[in-house]
Amino acid sequence: MKQPFPFSAIVGQDDMKLAMILTAVDPSIGGVLVFGDRGTGKSTAVRALAALLPPIKAVEGCPTNSEKVADCPEWAEIGSRKIVTKATPVIDLPLGATEDRVVGALDIEKALTRGEKAFAPGLLARANRGYLYIDEVNLLEDHIVDLLLDVAQSGENVIEREGLSIRHAARFVLVGSGNPEEGELRPQLLDRFGLSVDVTTPTDIDDRIEVIRRRDAYDSDYTTFMLRWQAEDAIIRDDILKARKLLKKMKTPDATLRDCAELCIALGSDGLRGELTLLKTARALAAYQGDKTVTRAHVKAIAPASLRHRLRRDPLDEAGAGTRVTRIVEEVLA
Amino acid sequence: MSDSQDTWLRAATALNLLAVDPVGLGGLWLRARSGPVRDRLIDGLQALALPLRKIHPTITDEQLFGGVDVSATLAAGTVVETKGIIGQPSALILTMAERAEANLAGKLALALDDHTCHSLILLDEGDGDEEQAPPALRDRVALHIDATHIAWQDTTDVALPKADIDAARARLDTIQASDTVLKYLTQFAQELGIDSLRTPILAVRTARVHCALFGGDEIDADDLRAAVQLVYAPRATRMPEPEPQPEDNTPPPPPDTNEGDQGDESETPNDFQIPEEVLLEAVKATLPADLLAHLAKQETKSKTPAGAGSGDNKKCNRRGRPLPSRPGQIDGTSKVDLVATLRAAAPWQPIRRKCSPRGTNLHIRAEDIRLKRFEEKSDRLLIFAVDASGSAAFSRLNEAKGAIELLLAEAYARRDHVALVAFRGDSAEILLPPTRSLVQTKRRLAALPGGGGTPLAAGLKSALDLALQARKRGMTPTVAILTDGRANIALDGTANRATAGEDADRMAKSLRGHAVECLVIDMSNRPQQALKHLSETLLAPYVPLPRADAKRLSSAVSAVLSD
Repeated sequence: MKQPFPFSAIVGQDDMKLAMILTAVDPSIGGVLVFGDRGTGKSTAVRALAALLPPIKAVEGCPTNSEKVADCPEWAEIGSRKIVTKATPVIDLPLGATEDRVVGALDIEKALTRGEKAFAPGLLARANRGYLYIDEVNLLEDHIVDLLLDVAQSGENVIEREGLSIRHAARFVLVGSGNPEEGELRPQLLDRFGLSVDVTTPTDIDDRIEVIRRRDAYDSDYTTFMLRWQAEDAIIRDDILKARKLLKKMKTPDATLRDCAELCIALGSDGLRGELTLLKTARALAAYQGDKTVTRAHVKAIAPASLRHRLRRDPLDEAGAGTRVTRIVEEVLA
Repeated sequence: MSDSQDTWLRAATALNLLAVDPVGLGGLWLRARSGPVRDRLIDGLQALALPLRKIHPTITDEQLFGGVDVSATLAAGTVVETKGIIGQPSALILTMAERAEANLAGKLALALDDHTCHSLILLDEGDGDEEQAPPALRDRVALHIDATHIAWQDTTDVALPKADIDAARARLDTIQASDTVLKYLTQFAQELGIDSLRTPILAVRTARVHCALFGGDEIDADDLRAAVQLVYAPRATRMPEPEPQPEDNTPPPPPDTNEGDQGDESETPNDFQIPEEVLLEAVKATLPADLLAHLAKQETKSKTPAGAGSGDNKKCNRRGRPLPSRPGQIDGTSKVDLVATLRAAAPWQPIRRKCSPRGTNLHIRAEDIRLKRFEEKSDRLLIFAVDASGSAAFSRLNEAKGAIELLLAEAYARRDHVALVAFRGDSAEILLPPTRSLVQTKRRLAALPGGGGTPLAAGLKSALDLALQARKRGMTPTVAILTDGRANIALDGTANRATAGEDADRMAKSLRGHAVECLVIDMSNRPQQALKHLSETLLAPYVPLPRADAKRLSSAVSAVLSD
């Protein structure tokens, strides 16, 4: 089985790659929304992410990847108490997924064979402590969106149906991708994504050639290619682990807090989620860059990605939201 | 050689290439009506080393991904799972690909992205540009063939012997694409206005396969020509030369070609020279004459890939939101929800087993039967028919534009689509086809022309056509007419007030006849008797809104619609 195309081998698209790495540093940032045209490497990046992420420790056989035996949901019948290392789950949520498959439902096999009421966990359980990826998120059925909103908000999946009453942890990083020309995303769902990046086709001819060259090498000379780029992936993985350690001791001066707040006021973003994400992302960025204190430079660098999608929509504004954020960042944090 | 023969030969080459490397090439998009020519091409698919599986646009997830085999489960008493089509390596033939929805396209795209075991053949019988296979899939299959105009007498047997195909497959891995080839193909893709980076990747693959099949140890000009003809030509959005480049009206000097040539000379090793003209000729030869004109027409469209938005490409309504199933009897009209039925029966199994001599089989009784229920909501399409005539045009158009954007901005919740028809001078035109995309709308509305007479009848006719089209796709159209009511251009374009009035009246009656919901907004300074009359003919609400602004307009429309 071929490994997916390596993360570090993706040419350009630095915003998207950085955003994904930052969510790996601090999963509580709350996900990435990638909007862009076809053939710009959106799906490639997400599929590569699984190979990049550091492994997690989890109870063997636990359907929700619990860290400790005590955390395992009581409905799960887990034989072992062993803690094993496994890859961070990256779960695909296909567009047509039914509600049953997403949240989980009655386990028919057990119901039929043993006449027992048992719970068969869904995608949300499997995505716990990992990533949930929705391609073409803007085309997702409304009722699935509603479900996701609720779970992403509370970090807990509550199932009250078919005589079942069950809850389990469902903390995951939501990664969505889509093409804005195919439809808009509801603002409520937009807001749930911590970061939002726009990707465009590289226009530089050398970049484009490099893309094709690497892809061709991946297809024709798989082993050598993977050997080279998996080493690069390993460096990023180490950096993520280092950053996670640094993050715990990260100092946040009051001046930075003030910067965040002033920026959000100037942008008129709804609610306080903007400030929180901005601060968290800036801290993650500082940690990833190996700094011990969050400074204005970090906030500035990450402001467009964390605030772009939180602005009040102004339908008569021709420039994109990203431009507006950059302009105001320049004004406020001059 | 005629065009038809040419196309047939290309199609045959495509089939042979696909036989060598069905997975790496992703597949084939075959645009043709069903008939002997298409059958012959489909027969050629037998050469593929993969099992052929036919799927249709309404295929269910269970068939695709596998699920519970109900009859086997009932018989065995344990869950018997079926393997889905996607579970096994296969070449999927998607019939009526033009009717496939974004939803299915997404799932198939996921399967194709693995690059391990699937190949996709899109059989597209679409009519015109509006009906095409989903762009997400077209982007992922390398070979595009339009076999619409191949005549039967031009088809010949060209399938290569199996031994050749097998030999080529074995050789494929030894063929490397040199850096020059990669550069050529990438650069050329950009010059042809192909944005997606998947396309050059697929072109490189095509060239390699072609080289493996038709000899040569290194990719040469022939291989590149084949790649360009099969992969690039059908996707080209512009020609990299001055004449047919209609995007800016000043005939640009050919800097592209020059630069390309210079670059080539400095970078190309001596043993390998393909003048760009060769590739260009290859593209031109592939395009039928009228396609160049067609490209010119398409220019704006390709920039904002209009047909691409599945938002407006959708052929039918959103599937209903599933409601909880309810107990009921099988009556042949409603669907039985098997899973819910099994669930309802499950808890009783131990008791029923005790009471019944039938042993360990599954016991399902009539009261367990559950029927599926769906709640379907039709999408609404708001068609703005805007009078862009005369002096007041500018402000009126701006207000309409603002109102449309405001309505769209809040349309997520309501699932509305909007469209805009402007009528002025002697005719009406559709400025914005039905869409939900704010991005697309903004781009389309940036420049709206104004001035001229008031061809009210033509505007009504366009709106009616649009409404009927939308209804075919399962939407509920509503027409909002914004005008100041002095119809002075007749349907045939002549300036005759009397005929113009009659024509408008006729069109209005036709709208009413088709039971299209309407709304007349009078934007003149004083309410017009003629418009009052029009609204009565249409049985539509009449809203006088002198000096309306975008906000008031959008709220007025919303208010009337919510009644």
